[in-house]
Amino acid sequence: MIKIAIIGFGTVGQGFAELLVRKRDEIEKAIGEFKVTAIADSKSSISGEFSLSDTIKMKRETGRLRDDVSAMEIVRNAEYDVLVEASVTKIGGGDAVEYITEALRRGKHVITSNKGPIVADFDGLMKLAEKNGVKLMYEATVGGAMPVVKLAKKYLAFCEIESVKGIFNGTCNYILSRMEEERLPYEQILKEAQELGYAEADPTYDVEGIDAALKLVIIANTIGVSARYEDVEVTGITQITPEAFQVAAEKGYTIRLIAEVSREKLKVSPRLVPLHHPLSIRGAMNAAMFKTDTAGNIFVAGRGAGKEETASAMLSDFYEIYAGSH
Amino acid sequence: MSEVLITLIVELEDRPGQLLKVLQPISALGGNIVGIIHQRGKKTPLNRLPVEISFKIDSSKVENLIKELKSLGIIIRSFNEVKLTATTSVLLIGHLIHTDISDTISSIDTDGEAECVEMHVSMPEISGPSTAIITISASGKEKLKEALEKLREVCRRKEITIIEPVNEELI
Repeated sequence: MIKIAIIGFGTVGQGFAELLVRKRDEIEKAIGEFKVTAIADSKSSISGEFSLSDTIKMKRETGRLRDDVSAMEIVRNAEYDVLVEASVTKIGGGDAVEYITEALRRGKHVITSNKGPIVADFDGLMKLAEKNGVKLMYEATVGGAMPVVKLAKKYLAFCEIESVKGIFNGTCNYILSRMEEERLPYEQILKEAQELGYAEADPTYDVEGIDAALKLVIIANTIGVSARYEDVEVTGITQITPEAFQVAAEKGYTIRLIAEVSREKLKVSPRLVPLHHPLSIRGAMNAAMFKTDTAGNIFVAGRGAGKEETASAMLSDFYEIYAGSH
Repeated sequence: MSEVLITLIVELEDRPGQLLKVLQPISALGGNIVGIIHQRGKKTPLNRLPVEISFKIDSSKVENLIKELKSLGIIIRSFNEVKLTATTSVLLIGHLIHTDISDTISSIDTDGEAECVEMHVSMPEISGPSTAIITISASGKEKLKEALEKLREVCRRKEITIIEPVNEELI
């Protein structure tokens, strides 16, 4: 019986729990029986005997869980084999660093959707996992449902990954592709994106390229380019004019926010992308082009955010831990 | 057939019709004018005006052109031929006119091995930011990289946003 503890029970945590309920039969067929033994959010928790569906319902209706035991106490004392860490990303890592560290020290696998701790201490956490003979999985931190981490580490095994160029922020890609279509000013399209829920009320984190830069750091470390957030040269999309799309189109280009990592480069910036190039993808999408020595160019694309998309990436990590090597 | 970029500096008398005498033979041989710069500040003691003319032309026609210009009595001060093998486009956004776009662009060409061969500026409001796409050609990939590095430097200084192509390997 695989025991799961979930820390962080907002959109992503709930999304993961819902998938466990909905796909229980398929999951158990593949990796054996499992049980959620504890759940915690920032102010409440539940552990011991409980129904997962009822708990999801309670959280949705009341905004909290049954008990008052803190998340840290759950991480430290609850009985589990794998910690699903889905708390909100904080630059610098926040409490999540301690949750993950504690779980790894206890010899528990960790699956996280949280960029903060992975960016803050990639090497330290990976070494800690290795030392304790467990896995730290973080597919959901980058590209939502789009496979990036396992693609690089597993499916492109023994390839030298020379560079990765990608679109890792759906909000920016939505805004840029709408500017391309409508030739309207940035501010106007931003407002539209906010009304549709693609952009936050304070869009800084997305439009200044911060989110994409955090993800780039994770990808860089994944392909063996040691990098910190401070190393990334970041330019956002707020300066781009509607005319830029006009003049670019005359030479066969559009503009996208591209994150690029190679041995020489660690950069997030708007770039001219040929109209026929796969990275000219439109809408709230993510995409990535891996350039390798032996496998040529590999291109992936998919929805970069969303409750189910992110949860699906975490579920694929869950599968990888228990069935991936068989 | 291979195209070359010629930078020609001629000395012209400062009176109407002189420039046309140089341009006509270039045009007649299929040359494509890229830029003309009057060096008004550099008048010679004989009151002649140096004019720099850049143009692209088929390499096989260069010799005839020079002969033709000389036979017309045009004084050629210098003549520089560059084989353009690497080309890229970059987009510039910012106060391009106020920050002297001609200075921005000439920054890439310090040794005659790279040149802005095409430019399109869009300036919707006189006070707002303008946008330009420029095409740079150089005598090789390395020279093109150098030119881009110089352009980046100037753009940093002038607070111009520079948007580079994602497909450098396709240059």
